[in-house]
Amino acid sequence: MMFWKKCHREERSDEAIPQWTLARLLRFARNGRAFLPLLFLLVTIVTTAPAYAVRPDEMLPDPALEARAREVGQELRCLVCRNQSIDDSDADLAHDLRVLVRDRIKAGDSNNQVVAYIRARYGDFVLLRPPFELDTVLLWGGPALILLLGAFGIHRYYRHRRRDEPPPLSAEERRRLKSVLDAAAEPEARA
Amino acid sequence: MNQRRWLFILPVAGFALMAAGFYIGLGIDQTVLPSALIDEPAPKFELPPLPGAEQGFSSADLQGHVSLVNTFASWCIPCRMEHPVLNTLAQTKRVPIYGIDYKDKGEAGADWIKTLGNPYTKVGADTGRVGIDWGVYGVPETFVVDRAGRIRYKHVGPLTEEDIQRTILPLVAKLDK
Repeated sequence: MMFWKKCHREERSDEAIPQWTLARLLRFARNGRAFLPLLFLLVTIVTTAPAYAVRPDEMLPDPALEARAREVGQELRCLVCRNQSIDDSDADLAHDLRVLVRDRIKAGDSNNQVVAYIRARYGDFVLLRPPFELDTVLLWGGPALILLLGAFGIHRYYRHRRRDEPPPLSAEERRRLKSVLDAAAEPEARA
Repeated sequence: MNQRRWLFILPVAGFALMAAGFYIGLGIDQTVLPSALIDEPAPKFELPPLPGAEQGFSSADLQGHVSLVNTFASWCIPCRMEHPVLNTLAQTKRVPIYGIDYKDKGEAGADWIKTLGNPYTKVGADTGRVGIDWGVYGVPETFVVDRAGRIRYKHVGPLTEEDIQRTILPLVAKLDK
């Protein structure tokens, strides 16, 4: 709540924000003057790794084991910040869990065993990828269900439209139509 | 046309359904997570005493009687609010309260008890690992453990007098039978 207020206030007071709007950037790029700055920006974005909260003193000396610890850490939710993995979070509990993950890996656990160890203590919510179970069927099946409903709706719509189309004219109707049209065309022909 | 009139009600019905869902969602406390350890045996542990105290706290202490296990820390502000409630409960001698002092540095935990009173039968000092075994994600959290040493209930956040009267004591009475 406090955080929200802070953001809100900054947003209102800061007058420098419109300086770098997208439109301005695009105009800049069209002039050709922006080539170097944009190239620099691109290179910077591509070559820098995302920032992790993993501290150097936590890391395992063996790079292969450390890589596995990162794999596991990306899967586990930090229960304090909720929408960050323990690798991304600098919360105290996330730090403790990272150390625990590395301890389990050092003790010879497989990645799955480490995840199971933490899941046994914190429940399914600690997994950033929810498991497919009876109470998550709607979560995983929801998109497919909505797609199916949409397909059903479209199918019905087109079937209705075809039925609403008028039937082709009978021979009698065509004859009458022709006489009406001919009668209408006659005055023009005379003129 | 008449046949398809119900189609116009569909968006309204959809909106009503979503609004009802969101309204119910407003009532759900997002900060409280369900514990994975309900009805599971309490973890095995052995915690050293606080500095200056003689006895620590271990899982063996929880066998044979209903008990409360309370995690607290001197740096935790809600714990300060909760502490008098625990003191009152301890005076009734209705149920023993055990304390896990979660990630306190040096004398801080011992000082806390010296200044605010000691409602605990036994207290152990935890560096964080035992807290993880209990599935603790933020102090204070309080567990009700039955006679067989199984966790039966978890309360997240500070206990109030109302929580004690409405939830904790009735559950303790039920488990004591």
